[in-house]
Amino acid sequence: MSDALRPLIVGAGPTGIRAAQTLVDAGIRPIVVDEAAAGGGQIYRQRLVPDERTPRDLYGSETGKATALHETFARIRDRIDYLPQALVWNVQGKAADVAAGGRTRRLNFSHLILATGATDRVLPFRGWTTPGVFTLGGAQIALKSQGCAIGERVVFLGSGPLLYLVAWQYVKAGARVAAVLDTAPFSSKLHLLRGLLSQPGVVLRGFRYAAELMARGVPVHFGVEPDQIEGETRVTGMIWRERGKEHRLACDAVGYGFALRSETQLADLAGCRFVFDGRDRAWRPERDLAGRTSVSGLYIAGDGAGIAGADAAELAGERAGFAVLEDAGLTVDRARIAVLERKLAAIQRFRDVLEAAFPFPDKWANSVDDDVLLCRCEEISIGQARTAAREQEVRELNRLKALTRVGMGRCQGRMCASAAAEILAAAHGQPLEAVGRLRAQPPIKPLPLGIAADGEAA
Amino acid sequence: MALLKRLARHKLPPVTFTLNGKACSGRAGDTVLTAILAETDRLRLSDFSRTPRAGFCQMGACQDCWVLAGDGERIRACSTALEAGMNLRTIAEPRS
Repeated sequence: MSDALRPLIVGAGPTGIRAAQTLVDAGIRPIVVDEAAAGGGQIYRQRLVPDERTPRDLYGSETGKATALHETFARIRDRIDYLPQALVWNVQGKAADVAAGGRTRRLNFSHLILATGATDRVLPFRGWTTPGVFTLGGAQIALKSQGCAIGERVVFLGSGPLLYLVAWQYVKAGARVAAVLDTAPFSSKLHLLRGLLSQPGVVLRGFRYAAELMARGVPVHFGVEPDQIEGETRVTGMIWRERGKEHRLACDAVGYGFALRSETQLADLAGCRFVFDGRDRAWRPERDLAGRTSVSGLYIAGDGAGIAGADAAELAGERAGFAVLEDAGLTVDRARIAVLERKLAAIQRFRDVLEAAFPFPDKWANSVDDDVLLCRCEEISIGQARTAAREQEVRELNRLKALTRVGMGRCQGRMCASAAAEILAAAHGQPLEAVGRLRAQPPIKPLPLGIAADGEAA
Repeated sequence: MALLKRLARHKLPPVTFTLNGKACSGRAGDTVLTAILAETDRLRLSDFSRTPRAGFCQMGACQDCWVLAGDGERIRACSTALEAGMNLRTIAEPRS
């Protein structure tokens, strides 16, 4: 039976690696396709070449987890078929199209585990396309993978645990952090006390980051309403409002984000049924506790299945690996599955606490000015989207895309779709789920025009 | 002027490349994005308003960091490793 098993795992972050390990331990040889040059995902991203920094310098309190994950991946390396720097750009039935090194080929699979992770959820405000403005995740990658700060005087802005983590990592690495601007009120952080009993490590670490930032003289502001990033050709300053008063700060870089959004395009192309997740403010693939989607033989786990963080990603990846084994009629470790499901449920409960402590800025959609760019690829303004909504009676996201080109550019809505949905919902005062979600289109990311299919001349 | 500030990896071997015809030097392990933005402050002009862009997500999602390499091939700077002898150009012309 297991001879016929040929699972394909998309993504080699915490989810993909743990899923692969679970299958390898059962004697199965999965294919692992990943866009990066080395395993680890974004959170435990590795450098391209070693340098003088220790794992502790890179991963801080998460060093143990990062190192264990990297070691696991190295250990199973010769028992998987690993395709790094490769993009799965389409899924159809039991086949995936994979582009790597200027060629594309079709891989057949028996089971598919999507471990596609997440990107920063960003909201536009004036100046967000100016050189020197990066997402929080981008600012973190610059530091971890490249040993660079995004500027000499960096402002970090937004809402979410990543805001404090990245600011703290920058300070630790010797960068100058001009300020941390939290869009949530200070009072929201008191919700974290509810999480002290269930996830004390996470909560205490968060408090430590904030306390160390303040101890090192980094100003931390709460209840911030971002107004604009100044600078014509690069960032020169940041203006925001706080309790009705305008504040201005000189800086040459801004890292920002508002939590994360799941990468769900492949699940969409594969025909998975989606449900609206109120906590993530997004549509996501429907799945059970083990990661089974509505499509037989297709599993989704980790942040790509709904935002739950890196620890949950490891657990969910392992659980999805077991699900493949169960569905193939193989024996599995029931006790271990029970442990995984219990831990995952606890993290899910804690996510409610985190969402209350790092809330989405729900005033944004009604307060952002018309002339701010909504779609950075096609350069469509917020006002153009609002006008289409009101004057052309647009109520659905794909209709908005068709009429305004929002989400039609090279990023295929990855950077603007969350914001466009909020704007469209606010324009009609309708619930967010009513505007729907952008349909995915293959290829899910741009492919070079000269790409050759296997079997053809290059 | 450089957009990115190097905090580490100073002692890694230099990797030479050209940027818009000028000889430049990055470090082993740099991405093309890092190598360019440690020299200057933009990667391209936007397609319509012609305003400068310098990347955004650094994880291959936003598609904001395309530059030209070799004989005009477009590459995504954040997910391409710097190689010695690369002939890199920032994009200043409208989309053809």
